[in-house]
Amino acid sequence: MARFVAKHVVFLLLTLFVVSFLVFTLNEYSPGAVARKILGAYATQEQVDLLTKQMGLDRPLLVRYVDYVRAAASGDLGQSARFKAPVREILAKHLANTALLASVAFACIVPLSMLLGVAAGMREGSRLDRGILIASTIVASIPEFALGVFLATVFVVWLGWLPGTATLVAGGGWSAAAQLVLPVAVIVLFDAGYVVSMIRASMVEVMQRPYIRTAVLKGLSFRRVVLRHAVRNAMITPITVIMLQINYLVAGVVVVETVFAYPGFGRMMLEAALFKDIALVEAGALVAALLAVVTNLLGDLAYMLLDPRIRA
Amino acid sequence: MLPRVLRGGAWRRVALVGDSAPATVGVAIILAWVMLALLAPLIAPYPPNASDLSALAHATPSRTHWLGTDHLGRDLLSRILWGARPVLVIAPLAVLGAAAFGSLLGLVAGYRGGWIGLVITRACDIVLSFPVIILYMIILAHFGSSAWNIIAVLTLTKAPIIARIVRGMTLDLREREYVAAAKMRGESSLYIMLVEILPNARGPLFVDMCLRTGYNVIIIGVLGFLGIGLPPPDPDWGGMVKDTYGMMMVWPHMALVPCAAISSLVVGFNLLAVGLRELGLRD
Repeated sequence: MARFVAKHVVFLLLTLFVVSFLVFTLNEYSPGAVARKILGAYATQEQVDLLTKQMGLDRPLLVRYVDYVRAAASGDLGQSARFKAPVREILAKHLANTALLASVAFACIVPLSMLLGVAAGMREGSRLDRGILIASTIVASIPEFALGVFLATVFVVWLGWLPGTATLVAGGGWSAAAQLVLPVAVIVLFDAGYVVSMIRASMVEVMQRPYIRTAVLKGLSFRRVVLRHAVRNAMITPITVIMLQINYLVAGVVVVETVFAYPGFGRMMLEAALFKDIALVEAGALVAALLAVVTNLLGDLAYMLLDPRIRA
Repeated sequence: MLPRVLRGGAWRRVALVGDSAPATVGVAIILAWVMLALLAPLIAPYPPNASDLSALAHATPSRTHWLGTDHLGRDLLSRILWGARPVLVIAPLAVLGAAAFGSLLGLVAGYRGGWIGLVITRACDIVLSFPVIILYMIILAHFGSSAWNIIAVLTLTKAPIIARIVRGMTLDLREREYVAAAKMRGESSLYIMLVEILPNARGPLFVDMCLRTGYNVIIIGVLGFLGIGLPPPDPDWGGMVKDTYGMMMVWPHMALVPCAAISSLVVGFNLLAVGLRELGLRD
């Protein structure tokens, strides 16, 4: 167990190092870039040079990187050029919004895809199975922005039931809950398609095992065999996949937040990258890497807890 | 000489596709789009970038503009047809690039092992654990976005998955007798990797490449939608949605049409992948 944790912590640190170093190098390789961004396009070259010197940006890249890491480790992530505020505050605010969106979506994805995946996989090749398989393939094929456009056309343009934007600012008579419906629906539909097919595949495999046949021949009802014997074993592989979904979730969240003007982490990163808000991009990339590796770790842990054979 | 993948039973396998309904539908959709893209210069009713602002008075689908026009009065049907071209070139090229680069990494990591293998495996793990969309945004916003940059980014971020698959199979295949026989004959490592091992790993790779082409179509669309895709004014499906989804309350068709186009193409690739898996072409 100690070895397992140590291995993952080393990988975590390695990932954070590689990601931060690459992003740092990419953004700050040319020394004038940061000062130019702060001063704007109309500053003279002398002004840029002066600020570069004042901020110590004319030192070698490696020295600056070590400085950056030291500051980041003590919690100072720098100043956002666009918001003129500490990166930490801006990051925290947007991350909280995205966490809300993602957790609501996650809470819908897991039960929904378990239900559909088990229903499809318990009788491979049945009409129900093929129906669910084809439907989930098609839903998972529609890009998130297209799903957003399709759903918005129906529920916003035609029916007028829901708002077309989710700025979380109470306005236009829509509550925050109503604003969340469409963004959550898009994420759930897109991700559930993938998770359903994973759970289905795992379920199909488990249903062919000898112990399932034994349970059936013992005279147990099909329902009992599925619920008591198959589902538990079929969930082991998908648990890790569900945790890995976080990556897809992030990708989906960026798009969905852009479609619905949601003030979250993904849209913040896109705007920061386009605006070249260097400090914010660097910090955001670090957070994204941290999140990804930690969820990986949690997935592996869940795998160990569920499957006693691995624990030994 | 032709690689072994293209010799022998390959055509018999292509004929097999007809046995699976999803695969048949998938191939039909893909072929239809390929035909439309190839014929775009002949069948598109208007030049794709020709703007007719007077058409905006009746922007919705009509007899003169079958699918309507966009917010600049450009014919949507023409733009959809022309827009199929970049997607159908970039997505497969990026998949081929990723397959070639990834296979090479996977072969070396699996066959050689040692510290080279360890470095490759770790590097792949890092790329795979990182949410690549963040990477796309940072890289494309920094270097600017062009068809080649998109292909390069897609190749680099998709290669690790292929590498992982190929490495796993190589670890198994390198213990086979025919590899030992080749070694005995005095063949070079490169020959053994490319001629003895790689062809035996092609099945799972092929299904994976279909799926990945579909994903690439999605990503190209997403990049266009986020404003870091192919530069305007040439039609790009994702970019067309980006330009017009703000006007959905007035003209929903402007965003709906390109969304439908891109979705149908991805459905085609994914159905083909489902069908191939069903047919058991992966072994």
